[in-house]
Amino acid sequence: MMFENNVDIDHPVHDLRTEAMKNFELKGFPTKKEEAWKYTSLNSLQKVDFSIFPKQENTLEYRDVKKYFIHEIDTYKIVFIDGIYSSNLSETTHDGVDICLMSSALTKPMYKPVIDVYFNKTASKDDSLTSLNTAFSREGAFIYIYKNKMPKKPVEIIHFATGNESTLMLQPRNLIVVEENAELQVIERHQSLTSNEVLTNSVTEIFAAKNAIVDYYKVQNNVGTASLIDNTYIDQKDKSVVKVHTFSFGGKLTRNNLNFYQNGEYIDSTMKGVTILGEKQHVDHHTLVHHIEPNCESHQDYKGIYGENSTGVFNGKIIVDKIAQKTNAFQQNNNILISDKATINTKPQLEIFADDVKCSHGCTIGQLDEEALFYLQSRGIPKKEARALLMYAFANNVLASVRIPELKTRINKLIAKKLGVNLGFDL
Amino acid sequence: MAYTEEELKKELETKEYEYGFYTDIESDTLPKGLNEDIVIAISKKKEEPDWMTEWRLQAFRYWKEMEEPEWANVTYKKPDFQDISYYSAPNKKPKYNSLDEVDPELLDTFKRLGISLEEQKKLAGVAVDIVMDSVSVATTFKKTLAEKGIIFMSISEAIKEHPELVKKYIGTVVPQKDNFYAALNSAVFSDGSFCYIPKGVRCPMELSTYFRINQAGTGQFERTLVIADEGSYVSYLEGCTAPSRNENQLHAAVVELIALDDAEIKYSTVQNWFPGDKEGKGGVFNFVTKRGLCEKNAKISWTQVETGSAVTWKYPSCILKGDNSIGEFYSIAVTNNFQQADTGTKMIHLGKNTKSTIISKGISAGKSQNSYRGLVQVNSRAENARNFSQCDSLLMGNECGAHTFPYIEAKNKTAQIEHEATTSKIGEDQIFYCNQRGIDTEKAIALIVNGFSKEVLNKLPMEFAVEAQKLLEISLEGSVG
Repeated sequence: MMFENNVDIDHPVHDLRTEAMKNFELKGFPTKKEEAWKYTSLNSLQKVDFSIFPKQENTLEYRDVKKYFIHEIDTYKIVFIDGIYSSNLSETTHDGVDICLMSSALTKPMYKPVIDVYFNKTASKDDSLTSLNTAFSREGAFIYIYKNKMPKKPVEIIHFATGNESTLMLQPRNLIVVEENAELQVIERHQSLTSNEVLTNSVTEIFAAKNAIVDYYKVQNNVGTASLIDNTYIDQKDKSVVKVHTFSFGGKLTRNNLNFYQNGEYIDSTMKGVTILGEKQHVDHHTLVHHIEPNCESHQDYKGIYGENSTGVFNGKIIVDKIAQKTNAFQQNNNILISDKATINTKPQLEIFADDVKCSHGCTIGQLDEEALFYLQSRGIPKKEARALLMYAFANNVLASVRIPELKTRINKLIAKKLGVNLGFDL
Repeated sequence: MAYTEEELKKELETKEYEYGFYTDIESDTLPKGLNEDIVIAISKKKEEPDWMTEWRLQAFRYWKEMEEPEWANVTYKKPDFQDISYYSAPNKKPKYNSLDEVDPELLDTFKRLGISLEEQKKLAGVAVDIVMDSVSVATTFKKTLAEKGIIFMSISEAIKEHPELVKKYIGTVVPQKDNFYAALNSAVFSDGSFCYIPKGVRCPMELSTYFRINQAGTGQFERTLVIADEGSYVSYLEGCTAPSRNENQLHAAVVELIALDDAEIKYSTVQNWFPGDKEGKGGVFNFVTKRGLCEKNAKISWTQVETGSAVTWKYPSCILKGDNSIGEFYSIAVTNNFQQADTGTKMIHLGKNTKSTIISKGISAGKSQNSYRGLVQVNSRAENARNFSQCDSLLMGNECGAHTFPYIEAKNKTAQIEHEATTSKIGEDQIFYCNQRGIDTEKAIALIVNGFSKEVLNKLPMEFAVEAQKLLEISLEGSVG
């Protein structure tokens, strides 16, 4: 095998990697025959001969890539170029909190206790793509927030692909641990700088201890040749609150596997998403909330607007265990198709074993309200803007809970751009 | 005495299967096992023309290549298909001219089932085609129907008497190789009902078929074909029971409905196959393929009350092929003890301005698992398709499970699809509300369960409302009524 030269057998997680490799070799890439991949085919990606490790190190100037950062505010930054850490673009810290690199966390003895407890603990050992990541990931973000701490500013994790290699496969691996009463905000983005093919197979593990609060924002607005498979695993303890917002506006193929495990009581898990697609883009949101203990809540709200030849998939699964009484689980998925060639496949799924629960899911596929459109037009708003206004309103529920105002503005601008209008004001 | 949910649960567990009696009628049973010879033998016994024999053999060849589906959310010991007798007919089968000639023992059976022929003839005005262990033994009201040009007979008679109709339509909605059980059924179906409503005729009465598995170690493979010609209307009901037995019995039926332009078919099912005892022993495996095809302006409405069977695997579907066609699905599925049900519907929108409605109510008690699995598919040419789906689950006790697997696929921007699902238990506050208005807990539970299923019960034809109520009583409501 070509990669073995690059693998360090003395590495502390070498055994994990070997095991993961075995699992991947056994299972291979998922196919459409598997229920979880029924609507998303990886065939087009498997035809491409991706290189796993970049052959050379690439650098970027901040002024060239500034627009990809939320540069209006100060943030901690963990930046990777073609999968390799870029120290000149990054801003890490060890001041009360640890915001640094996965590679150093894996090798430095001081982090060993943390790695032993958390690394690869909530990520699936069964899922073949997660195994692939475990086997080949070399780098990623490591964030450790100590008890009662909160970093002074949000953390941005950005992965750039320079396209200096014609085809590249990236396997970032993030570990985020937020201890008791601590708080964290993260913005994650994957960005290709040229139109060379890139496949990112990312795994993120998030642990939220008692009373912890985590806000995680995923901005997916990549070029049309970039594909992303994002596997996020979240382990929550008593009274923790974790919110994940996913904004999917671009990319060739995006698959979000978002898994929440509620290992405690009075937990709140929120998943929200706005998806606006055009061209031949494909986005698949696959969520899982596993209610393991009683008295927890989960909220899901995904809005999608699909144009041109795009395809959208939403598959939301809620499992309520027998002992998870008094669970409240809500799921909402609304979609608008604006093109004849666009497709939406949605499959909300409830598996409930407890009787004292309130679970609901709602799902709609429809169009813009003709009467509302007429109302706006009759008041002198051109049709295009009127449509955009209505679509804004449609997506606004999700944006309302974004707690970083600058990010909200940025998302608004992205939505305006995606809808091809300039409203001249921010919503 | 205060009636609590606990007590209700207990009562449900101990409730015996009321229809579990076995009628001792001599049967003509083929040896166990399945091969081409058996298929030919069944065909011969039924004195079928060659094209039918060939059609069965073709199905058998498809079946041999197929594998049993495993995607459903049910677990059971797979039946050994070589350990089943594929044909069992009541032996003394004369051609009856009137009811007096029917074996009194058989008539008694029907009486105990509450479907006394005489009574129904007189009072309800219902024509019943009774299938016991696969052979149709009595068809009533044939004359009244014949005057209108309506053909209502067993499918084996139809194959002989109206081969042109059967040949034209059989397998057009559910092809032989559609799925494992449909292929099996196509190869070995022993009997079933056939119904043809001519152009513009409104069938004056509800048509009904009653199925009952009597013989041990037999499978029931009936095949129903209903054709409503242009502008006609028919309402059809089938009911099923089986005696209590320790081993699992297999029931793999195929129902095909064809509604031509402007026609309407209303198909109601009350299914009460033996669900197994409270340890989960025995019971019927109910693997059924039901599908209807709607041409222009046609309407097909499925209503089902599922209270029986150990394992149910059933998805009555509508293919909305013609413009402006309508598909409806109303279902109550009740599972108790160790029952498992994976049921739902498929609505395939192909034509323009097609509409579909899905109302599904699942009630699970005991240690049962109840799943709703549905597909709403809007194809790219189906302009202005409209769908509304609602599936609600009610859980009683904390050892049962309720699951929903709705698939929604839209390929047209003018589609409007709504889907809602809820899962809940009978709320303490709901009972409290009733209590404080002077309704005791027993009545309150009855009220809530009734209210929960009302939307579907309302869709059943009047004549069968009583029977459906009876079944709900047996399965859930206990003494509540």
